[in-house]
Amino acid sequence: MDRVEILKTYKIYIGGAFPRTESGRHYTPLNSKGDPLGNLCLSSRKDVRNAVVAARKAFGSWSERSAFNRGQIIYRIAEMLEGRKEQFISELQKQGSSKAEAEKEVILAIDRIVYYAGWCDKYNQVLSAVNPVSSAHFNFSTYESMGVIGVLAPQATSLIGLVSLLIPAICSGNTAVLIASEKLPLCAITFAEVLNSSDVPGGVVNILTGTLDELAPGLAAHMDVNAFISEPLGSMEIGIAQAAVDNLKRKFSYEADWSSEKSQGLYYISDCLELKTTWHPIENIGGSTSSY
Amino acid sequence: MAKKKPGKEGVNWDYSPSLESTSHITILPKYELFINNEWVKPSSKKYFKTTNPANEDVLSEIAWANDYDVDLAVKAARNAYNDVWSKTTPKERSKYIYRIARLMQEHARELSVIETLDAGKPIRESRDIDVPLACNHFFYYAGWADKLEYAFPNQPMEALGVAGQIIPWNFPLLMAAWKIAPALAAGNCVVLKPAETTSLTALKLAEIIKASGLPPGVVNIITGHGDTGAAIVNHPDINKIAFTGSTNVGKIIQRAIAGTGKKATLELGGKSANIIFDDAPIDQAVEGIVNGIFFNQGHVCCAGSRLFVQENIAELVIRKLKHRMDSLYLGNPLDKNTDIGAINSKEQLETIEKYIKIGISEGAEIYQSTCELPGKGYFCRPTIFTNVAQSSRISQEEIFGPVLSIQTFRTVDEVIQKANNSPYGLAAGVWTDKGSRIFNLTSKLRAGVIWANTYNKFDPTSPFGGYKESGFGREGGLHGLGAYLKMKL
Amino acid sequence: MKVPISFNKLPTSPSIDKVGVEERVARFQTRSIKNESKRQGLDLVLSMIDLTTLEGKDTPGKVKQMCYKAHHLHDAYAGVPNVAAVCVYPSMVRIAKTALNGTDVKVASVSTAFPSGQSTREIKITDTKFAVDEGADEIDMVISRGKFLAGEYNFVFDEIASIKEACGKARLKVILETGELCTLDNVRKASHIAIYAGADFIKTSTGKIQPAATMQVTYTMLMAIKDYYDATGIMIGMKPAGGISTSKLALHNLVMVKEILGNNWLNNEWFRFGASSLANDVLMQIMKLETGVYQSSDYFSID
Repeated sequence: MDRVEILKTYKIYIGGAFPRTESGRHYTPLNSKGDPLGNLCLSSRKDVRNAVVAARKAFGSWSERSAFNRGQIIYRIAEMLEGRKEQFISELQKQGSSKAEAEKEVILAIDRIVYYAGWCDKYNQVLSAVNPVSSAHFNFSTYESMGVIGVLAPQATSLIGLVSLLIPAICSGNTAVLIASEKLPLCAITFAEVLNSSDVPGGVVNILTGTLDELAPGLAAHMDVNAFISEPLGSMEIGIAQAAVDNLKRKFSYEADWSSEKSQGLYYISDCLELKTTWHPIENIGGSTSSY
Repeated sequence: MAKKKPGKEGVNWDYSPSLESTSHITILPKYELFINNEWVKPSSKKYFKTTNPANEDVLSEIAWANDYDVDLAVKAARNAYNDVWSKTTPKERSKYIYRIARLMQEHARELSVIETLDAGKPIRESRDIDVPLACNHFFYYAGWADKLEYAFPNQPMEALGVAGQIIPWNFPLLMAAWKIAPALAAGNCVVLKPAETTSLTALKLAEIIKASGLPPGVVNIITGHGDTGAAIVNHPDINKIAFTGSTNVGKIIQRAIAGTGKKATLELGGKSANIIFDDAPIDQAVEGIVNGIFFNQGHVCCAGSRLFVQENIAELVIRKLKHRMDSLYLGNPLDKNTDIGAINSKEQLETIEKYIKIGISEGAEIYQSTCELPGKGYFCRPTIFTNVAQSSRISQEEIFGPVLSIQTFRTVDEVIQKANNSPYGLAAGVWTDKGSRIFNLTSKLRAGVIWANTYNKFDPTSPFGGYKESGFGREGGLHGLGAYLKMKL
Repeated sequence: MKVPISFNKLPTSPSIDKVGVEERVARFQTRSIKNESKRQGLDLVLSMIDLTTLEGKDTPGKVKQMCYKAHHLHDAYAGVPNVAAVCVYPSMVRIAKTALNGTDVKVASVSTAFPSGQSTREIKITDTKFAVDEGADEIDMVISRGKFLAGEYNFVFDEIASIKEACGKARLKVILETGELCTLDNVRKASHIAIYAGADFIKTSTGKIQPAATMQVTYTMLMAIKDYYDATGIMIGMKPAGGISTSKLALHNLVMVKEILGNNWLNNEWFRFGASSLANDVLMQIMKLETGVYQSSDYFSID
């Protein structure tokens, strides 16, 4: 007799823990053949709230870590993902990918994480400036992390889209609340397990599963979320964009083929940063600057 | 030897009026819309008056553009973009902008005087700050036009097309420069609307632009009220909205363009903290407080309107501040010795006076400088409130006038927390002699511009813009180019 | 009489940001002084001048001529005041005093091994007492800059206090020689020491070192006087010396005095200019205002 397989329970990821949704609800997405993918948490607006609270709490210490340290931690995510490659491949296959497609997606995801790990301690050097002002001041502009980023994972992929939006957002010291692909949610939760085992502090990334209709507007409207990033949202776009106005959330929609090597880069990082310009007087001892 | 007590032999020496001459400037009785390098009558046939807020005299009548006029201007800009400007080489674009800068410098005196007449700001400020900065802004961005490929590493960029720009009344010409110069350098065409109380210098700039030989339609300047601005925001053929003004209007604009794909930069309100530690260079800090809140009558989005003084020096700082306030000259903005000019409009004066009443009713202690107010015009004495709490309305809401709320603090952590405890994040000031503390604060304060041991400094090379509800995007410097470019895919 | 106070008990001086001072000073320079205000200001400047000759080659003849000029600034025009004082070396005090007999022009003498101050306390006291005995109304001493820069503030403080004692009834001006103190922080600290040690006036420079009385330095010293006045109610005088040779700069100095200390300081009891060529420039400006015609230096005597 065949062994009875232990089925995985897919929970959500908030503040470094794996609770079930506070609503106690679940949904069962089907793959293209009509097979159920599993029972996923049908998260509620309260879960969004809890996730934002966790993300805000984690922001201070994550953003204050050295860029080098964040780079090490992001690299560690890639290491962990590499070790669990097979699990992701199998989940992607379950969700409809061929084996070759699945392998390609996982490898690209790993490589993309490594790519952003390397940016952590470089983007500020590339993007900052010392501004030659005309007065006796030293003036420089550098980028700072923005705060809590709301991320809608791209719908058409389970893993690579999520990685492509999430990792550039957090590698600069932001924390994130991510809503997984509604129909392809499996890799998101398994990825949360990877994060949980790779030195990423609890709360830096929070991952929810559920329906876009229910979760996205609440996240976009949340007054303690600083930016909202997603793919173009079609019919939801205007509603989401208007919901984001109340606290003047920065909002970015990216149209990209996430499985392309080109869908990564410095500017995915810089969109979720704030530019700060600092002035200080320069004392000129010696030569009198009196005009007389 | 016993010292003499004061008051015996001092001489009552004061400054005679020293008015900047209004000769050699021309203000027409009536201004039309500047579209396609021509002066076009508004199809609305409506005009509104612009007045001198220092004496309530009417200066001129200004065309009031409606939807049809806005459409005309946008079409002019679109045609200029398609037919001429997008085909003009970056090198030639650059030279046009340099020309505008030089012509502005040649007209500097005229621009300063008109700015002072129309906006009420002291001639010292228009002459020494607004106008030179505006000229320099064109000069700075002129040089970028043919170097854009160096601005964004490894990322080819291209112009957006037509930019709609709506600017405020506090720095009329300077804001026009902040908007137009980078837009042109990046290869865009422009439809700009000045604020209804301060259209004149933008219209003077239109004359200069025409004289520069810039191709017709590249810059269009149309005047009007809020409905004119709304028509620009809602026009379907505009690729970008750049707005400087209140946070409320910024949100209305952001809602209006939601989902349209129009790019936006917003420079909005603020309630910036100015923080004085006990080891600060006290006398320079007091100057920084004065400069922070009384510069341009406090009509400054980044005004240091929340003062935080370390408790052990609060009495000293406030005493020195009051003394300094009493040496400020308030009066005719055209007088070269005037420090505090007129409030920009009657409406704004009423807003400020409303907040002063609120401050008093909240139990804060008021001090106003002792200067006389002129009989006519809109003026407000420099005002400070002590005994203010974080929860007072006067320490939370933007007043946009010469009104300072003062709170005390005890520790570094406390003041960082209080300073950041605001929906705004435009600017902040820090005064201390201790270098490591400066860097601690400047990195922890959530604001786009931090002035350490100085305040209210501006430069074309220095990016300006806020965090949180103070808006997004930057103006000035290399980073200001990003507002007018998109990635070439 | 001020109560003697030891340096250790002084309140601390605030730090100074030089760029901020430059900005503030630039604001004073944008004040526009025209018409009535200018005429009144120029008279005031003349009345505040300490006409000065401090040279190794000074002779009784030179000093006598300068003293005559002190109360006959420009006899071609009747409406100008006398200068406040003449300033000479101790050996010339008697000559100046005699020459100015019967006028309201005071005689100031430098002392304390002027200009370097590199001598012993005894000699400095003797130097001072000699000048006072010769009839000096005012003593312009120099502080020991070397000691100050070496951090020996107590020494500087005590030295000033002992010279103050030696002055008797003569008013004491303490020269900081700001050009050798190098930073405005030092200028502020030295002002503080001088004021608390008994100075009646503080003075920028000897005239032998550049830079001398820049507006930044004078501003810094005026702020020290203001703080002392706020703390004690006692007025201290100020004398910028060296480098002020134009009316415009002199008027801008008055603007600073007015806006920092108030009109009470606008007289020669509390404010002086140490200058030699300033007087003629002011006279030329006055004559321009009176006649409407730009003037030539050939018409104004050089003494």
